[in-house]
Amino acid sequence: MSSRRASFLDGLRAVAPVLVGVVPFGLVAGAAAVGVGLSGLQAVGLSVVVFAGASQLAAIELLDAGAPVAVVVATALVINLRMLMYSASIAPYLRELSTRWRAGIAYLLTDQAYALSVTRFGADGTVRRRWYYLGVAAPLWVVWQLCTVAGVVVGARVPESLPLEFAVPLTFLALLLPAVTDRAGAVAAVVGGAGAVLGADLPLNLGLIAGAVAGVAAGVAVEAGGDR
Amino acid sequence: MTAATEVWAIVVAVGVGTFCIRFSFIYLFEYLSEVPDGLERALRLVPAAVLSALVVPAVVVVDGSPALSLDNGRLLAAGAAAVVAWRTENILATIAVGMAVLLGLRLVV
Repeated sequence: MSSRRASFLDGLRAVAPVLVGVVPFGLVAGAAAVGVGLSGLQAVGLSVVVFAGASQLAAIELLDAGAPVAVVVATALVINLRMLMYSASIAPYLRELSTRWRAGIAYLLTDQAYALSVTRFGADGTVRRRWYYLGVAAPLWVVWQLCTVAGVVVGARVPESLPLEFAVPLTFLALLLPAVTDRAGAVAAVVGGAGAVLGADLPLNLGLIAGAVAGVAAGVAVEAGGDR
Repeated sequence: MTAATEVWAIVVAVGVGTFCIRFSFIYLFEYLSEVPDGLERALRLVPAAVLSALVVPAVVVVDGSPALSLDNGRLLAAGAAAVVAWRTENILATIAVGMAVLLGLRLVV
């Protein structure tokens, strides 16, 4: 078993390059919120309380369009439904933790925290999971809040020519290849990716969920076939 | 513009709802005496499926439709990054190479 400290530092090291991709989205989350008339406090409140970029941007856009409160809330929550998959996928690794720890982990659950942690937990049984997770998730939270504040104060001034936002899919790409360890995993990845492209026209990020569910189903089918 | 109380109502409702989504299975698994075998196998496939579903559209889809030509610089950049990811399994190197290639293509073209 690694020490707590070593696992926490492991998490910090893993997340460091990933933070680059978070910066532009955090800036936009802050700048867009005040851009449509939210106060600075409301903009930061949104980032602290919700802490989920895509849904925040959707809520901001709908507020600007004058959508009813219920529509804004429902839209944001549907966009965050993908986290049900993350929750289910990471849950088996966290069963021995106290409810309080798991609640904290849930609050900090993001695309990046999920992807970095679940791939590590799957490949390495010796890491102290909660400390590794904390090492990954805490910097993501801090950078997100700092960038939101910066976006509120100075606006989102990331040069168009600098493709910082491309760091986000590159992060998931780097984690994807080691996550594919067998034929079922390969099928899940191929079908998941193709399904998400086919579903790219679906509203509310639902193509992601549709693709991932199709990928898992295909992988399970391949595994079941291989058992015979 | 929506009134301040309505904005705060939205912040709280989305925040609470999102937390419930995040906590859902992490909470419920406490009440499973053991994770059923079939479920565990299915859940093990989630990372590969989800990560691919996050990556592929972000690389392939441009302005709402799939762009599989070389005009799409992200394809080349992601291809180079994939080679690096495969050889090194290093996130920093993958991001650096992918961004450098994309930036280079934008400067050249």
